[in-house]
Amino acid sequence: MLALVILVPMAPGWSRVKDSFFNWEIFVRTTPRLLEAFLLDVAIFAWSAPLIAVIGLLIALCRGVRSPSLFPLRMFGAAYVDIFRGVPVILVIYLIGFGIPGLGLPRPWNSPYIWGTVALVLTYSAYVAEILRSGIESIHPSQRSAAICLGLSERDAMRYVILPQAIRRVVPANMNMFIALQKDVALLSVIGPVEILRQAGVFKSLLANFTPYVAAAAIFLALTIPATRYADYLMNRQRNVRS
Amino acid sequence: MSEAKLTLTDMQKSFGTQHVLRGINLEIAKGEMVCLIGPSGSGKSTLLRCMNMLEPIDDGIVQLDGLDISEPGLDLEPVRRRIGIVFQSFNLFPHMSAADNVLLAPRRVLGKGTAELQVEAHELFQRFNLADHMHKYPDQLSGGQQQRVAVIRALAMRPEIMLFDEITSALDPELVEEVLDVLRQLRDDGMTMVLATHEMGFARELADRVCFMDGGKIVEEGPPTQMFREPRMDRTKSFLKSVLR
Ligand SMILES: Nc1ncnc2c1ncn2[C@@H]1O[C@H](COP(=O)(O)OP(=O)(O)OP(=O)(O)O)[C@@H](O)[C@H]1O
Ligand SMILES: [Mg+2]
Repeated sequence: MLALVILVPMAPGWSRVKDSFFNWEIFVRTTPRLLEAFLLDVAIFAWSAPLIAVIGLLIALCRGVRSPSLFPLRMFGAAYVDIFRGVPVILVIYLIGFGIPGLGLPRPWNSPYIWGTVALVLTYSAYVAEILRSGIESIHPSQRSAAICLGLSERDAMRYVILPQAIRRVVPANMNMFIALQKDVALLSVIGPVEILRQAGVFKSLLANFTPYVAAAAIFLALTIPATRYADYLMNRQRNVRS
Repeated sequence: MSEAKLTLTDMQKSFGTQHVLRGINLEIAKGEMVCLIGPSGSGKSTLLRCMNMLEPIDDGIVQLDGLDISEPGLDLEPVRRRIGIVFQSFNLFPHMSAADNVLLAPRRVLGKGTAELQVEAHELFQRFNLADHMHKYPDQLSGGQQQRVAVIRALAMRPEIMLFDEITSALDPELVEEVLDVLRQLRDDGMTMVLATHEMGFARELADRVCFMDGGKIVEEGPPTQMFREPRMDRTKSFLKSVLR
C-alpha cells in the first residue's frame, strides 16, 4: 500500500493521469449533478428490492414443493434459477432492455427504466431464491416434524415455523446480494436511463476528463462500504450465536 | 381390558432395504400406559412415528378409535391433532417464546378465541410449575423446562393419546425427575400413553404393560411385575440382564 502511494507518483505518466482522473476542480463541479443522478440509482434499487424479495421467496418455495402433483412448479423453479444465474446480468439487461421496447409498445411500456429494472429483478430473484432455499434447507427436519405432529398443515409449518427461522439465518447473505444489486443498477446505463454512470459518461465526453468516474466510484463507496461492514457484522454475530 | 384407543395390526415398515418393523400387533386400551423397551435400533422410535403417521407405513392397519388412519389419501391433519407426541430432543420452535410455542397450533387449528386459549395455556403452564417461564425463549430455559414446555405444547391440542420417545434421555440426571413427575400427573389423569424408554425404572413404576421389542418385533409383553421378575423369552431375559445389572 505504502509502496503504491510512493511508487505510482514516480511513474512517467503520473502527472497526466493525475490531471485526467483526479482533477479536484472537476470533482467539485460534477459531484452535485452526479449525486442527483445517483438518486435515480437509489430509486431503481428501492423499487426492485421488494420485488426481488417477493419473487425470490416464491421461486424458493416452488423449488421446495414436495407433492408429486406440483412437480411442474418444482421444475419451473429449477429452470428459472438455472437460466438467470447462468446468464451474465448485462446480457439479460440487453436482451430485455432493448428487446421488449423494440416491440413498439405504447408509452410508458417502452420505457427502458421499466424493462431494465425487470431485467435486474429477474436475475437477482434467482440468486435470492437460492439463498433462501439454502436457508430453508438448513432448518433441521425435526422442526417440520414437530409442527406437523401438532396438526399444523404443511403450509402453516412453512409459514410459522420454518420460514421465520430460515429468513433470519440468511439475512447477512441477502444483505450482500442487495449491496451487489445497488452496484449493478449502474449497468442499466447501457440501455438509457441517465443514472450516475451515464451522467458521469456525459461529463467525461463534455469535459474530456475521467474525474467524474472517480467521483461516481466515491459516491458508490460511501454507500456500499458501510453496508458491507454492517453485513459482515451481522454475519459474525450470527456465527457467534450458533457456536 | 376396556375399549381400544389405538390398534395396530400387522404393521410393516422399511427404510430402503432395511426392514425395521416386522409385523407389529398391538392394542392400546383407553387410559392405558404402555412402555416400549428394547435394545437400540429395535424400532421403538419408528413404531411411535408410525403410530401418528409421521412415517407412512408400508403395510398393516392403524386404527384410532376404530377409524383406519393408515388408509392412503386420508387427511392426516385432524388425526395428528388427536395424537400428541414428544421427542427426545424437545424440538421447540426457537424463534418463539414458550407461550407462543404452545399457542401456535391451537390458534391456527382449534378455532377458539385467543383469550380462551391463553387462559387454557396459562393453566397448563401453572399445572407444570412453569408459569414464571411462559414468556422466555427456549434457549433461556433448562433442558427439563424445555421438555416440559414440549409436553404442554402437545397437551394444548387436547390429544386423546400421548406418545413419548425417550423424553428424558437428553436431560441431565437431576432434571429427569421433574419430567417424570409430568408423566405421573398425566397417568393420574387417565391419559392414554405410549412411552419408549431405556430407563427400566420408569417402566417398572409407570407402566400398565411393558412391551419388549427386538429386531422390529414385539417379542414379549406383559405387566411390569411379570416382565421384570419372570420374563419368558430368552431374548427378553438376556436384554434385561444386560440393562439391570
Ligand atoms: N429415517 C430413517 N431412515 C433410515 N433408517 C432409519 C430411519 N429411522 C430409523 N432408521 C433405522 O431403523 C432402525 C430402528 O430405528 P429406531 O430409531 O426406531 O430404533 P430405536 O429402537 O428407537 O433405537 P434407540 O433406542 O437407539 O432410540 C435403525 O436401524 C435405524 O437405523
Ligand atoms: Mg429411539
